Amino acid sequence: MIISVASGKGGTGKTTVAVNLALVLNNVQFLDCDVEEPNAHLFLKPDIKDKKIATIQVPEVDESKCNYCSKCREICAYNAIAVLVPDEDIKKGSILIFPHLCHGCGGCTLLCPQNAIKEVGKEIGMIEAGNCGNMEFIHGRLNIGEIMSPPLIKQVKEYINPLKTVIIDAPPGTSCPVIASVKGSDFCILVTEPTPFGLNDLILAVEVLRKLNIPFGVVINRSDIGDDKVDVYCREENIPILMRIPFDREIASLYSRGIPIVQEKKEYVKKFEQIFDLTGSQRQKSFYMKINL
Amino acid sequence: MKQMVVISGKGGTGKTVLTASFAVLAKNKVMADCDVDAADLHLLLHPTVKERHEFRSGKTARIDKDLCQGCGECINICRFDAISQDFTVDPISCEGCAICSYVCSVGAIKMEENVSGEWFVSETKYGPFVHAKLGIAEENSGKLVTAVRQAAKEIAEKENVEYVIIDGPPGIGCPVIASLSGVDLALIVTEPTLSGIHDMERVASVAKHFGILIKVVINKYDINLENTLNLKRICEQQELEIVGQIPYSRKIVESIVNNIPFVEHCNDQTAEEIIQIWDTIK
Repeated sequence: MIISVASGKGGTGKTTVAVNLALVLNNVQFLDCDVEEPNAHLFLKPDIKDKKIATIQVPEVDESKCNYCSKCREICAYNAIAVLVPDEDIKKGSILIFPHLCHGCGGCTLLCPQNAIKEVGKEIGMIEAGNCGNMEFIHGRLNIGEIMSPPLIKQVKEYINPLKTVIIDAPPGTSCPVIASVKGSDFCILVTEPTPFGLNDLILAVEVLRKLNIPFGVVINRSDIGDDKVDVYCREENIPILMRIPFDREIASLYSRGIPIVQEKKEYVKKFEQIFDLTGSQRQKSFYMKINL
Repeated sequence: MKQMVVISGKGGTGKTVLTASFAVLAKNKVMADCDVDAADLHLLLHPTVKERHEFRSGKTARIDKDLCQGCGECINICRFDAISQDFTVDPISCEGCAICSYVCSVGAIKMEENVSGEWFVSETKYGPFVHAKLGIAEENSGKLVTAVRQAAKEIAEKENVEYVIIDGPPGIGCPVIASLSGVDLALIVTEPTLSGIHDMERVASVAKHFGILIKVVINKYDINLENTLNLKRICEQQELEIVGQIPYSRKIVESIVNNIPFVEHCNDQTAEEIIQIWDTIK
C-alpha cells in the first residue's frame, strides 16, 4: 500500500507528517521524492548502505556515420538537437546535442536513417538507500544545475516494495514533479495551513488529485494560527480532515533541530496511528464508490 | 533596470510575504509571480486583470481508433507508458515527443497542441503585475515562468521602470532555474531549521552555478538561535552577505489572513527590519 504526502504550498509540514507517520507504523518503506530539496533524512538519520548514480538516456552521434540529413533535429520535440549542414561555405557539418533539454524519448536513435545515434547515460543525480531501524529508506538527490526532476523521481519509485507500507514524501507545487511522485498512490495526505495561501494552494492540489483519481484527506498544520476557511472548504467539498496539529513552539523547536515529534511528545504517537486508520477507512470508501460506478 | 528574484529552496520560509512588502516599498517597478505552480502573490496585491494570454506549450498524442489496426508498435516505443493496452493516450503521462505518430504505419496518431495554462498582465495599486496559472496537472512550468518574465521585462523597458521584482518558486529545478537566469540579484529567504539550512545551501549552489549575485535573509531567526549562528557561519564561509534577520511574529500570519502586504499591515520592529532589507538591496 502506498500513501503519499503532498501539499501544493511549501513549508506546510509534509516532511513532518510523512516522517512521524512512518515512525509509528510497522513494515515501512520511506521514499523521499522531493529530490530537489530532500529533507526527510535530516529527521530519520538513515544509515545509507547503497548509493547509485541516476542517469537519463541522451543521444550521442557517431559523426562518421552521419550525413547531416537533419531528421533527428526535425523530429526532436524538445529542440535538444541542432544540425549544421555542410554547404559551399561550411565544408564540415556538425551536430550539437543539448542534453539538458532532452527528455529521453529515444526517437532520434530509433528514426535516424543512418543508424548514427546511440544512447548514453547522463548523470542527473544520486539515489541513496539504507535503513533507519526496521524502516527501509530511499531518497533521490538532484544534481545542482539539473532541471529534470521527474525522471529521478521515477527511478526512486522503482524501489517500491508493494509488500510494505510505502510512505512517499512529495515535493511542493502542483506540476510534473508532484504528479510523478503521487501517481500510483492508494491514498494521498494533503498537508495545509489555515491561511489564504494554504487554502489557495490546497484547492490546486485537490484538483490535481481528483484528475489523477487518487483518494485523499487533509491534515491542517498550525491549525490555530489563521482563519477557518480551510475548514469551511473541506466541509463543503466533503473532504475528510484527518488531523489538526496546533501551533506549538516546542514542535517548531523540535522541527528546527531535526527531531521527529513522536520521539519527544508521546501523545502524538496515537494521533499519527489514527491518521493511518482514517486513511484505511477512506480508501475503503473510495474503493466501494468505484465499484458502484 | 534591475531584476531581482526572491527564492528559498525550502517552501514556506516567507518568499511571498517579503516580495509583497517590496511591492509596497519599491517606487518604480513591475512585479512578477513566477511560482506558477502555486501562485499566491495575487492574494496580497489584488490585481485587476488587463490582459489574458493563453499559454500554449507542447503537444499530446491522440489515436484515431477508426484508423488504428492495433499493431501495438506505439505502445512498445513509448518511453513514458502513456498508451494503454486499449490504445488510449493518458494526457498526463504523454510528454509530446510524437515518436508514436512517426512509427504508426497507418497514420492513426495525430499530435494536438496543448493549452497548458494562462498568464495575465494586471494593474495593482502598487503598479503593473504579471502572473500566471498553470493548468491542472500540466507540465512545462519552466516555460511559463519564462513567458511571465519576458512580459514583465517588456513592460519594464517600455515604461522605463527601475526594478522587476520576482516572487520565485521553491526547489532547485526547472522553474527555479527559469526564474533565476539572467537576474541581477537572487535574494534567498531561509529559516534557522536544519531543513532551511540544507535547502538554502543547495539553492545557493544553483545560483552560484549560474553566476548570480546572492544575498540572504534569515526569517524567524529567533526560533532557534543556535541554528541562526550556524547559518551565519555558513554564509560567511560561502561569502554570502546577510542583509537582514526577521523575528518570528504572529502578525505576519495576521497580515496574510487580512490579505495585506505586511509593511502595510503594521509598523512594528518586524516591518522596520523588512524596510531596512529593502534599503540594503535596492
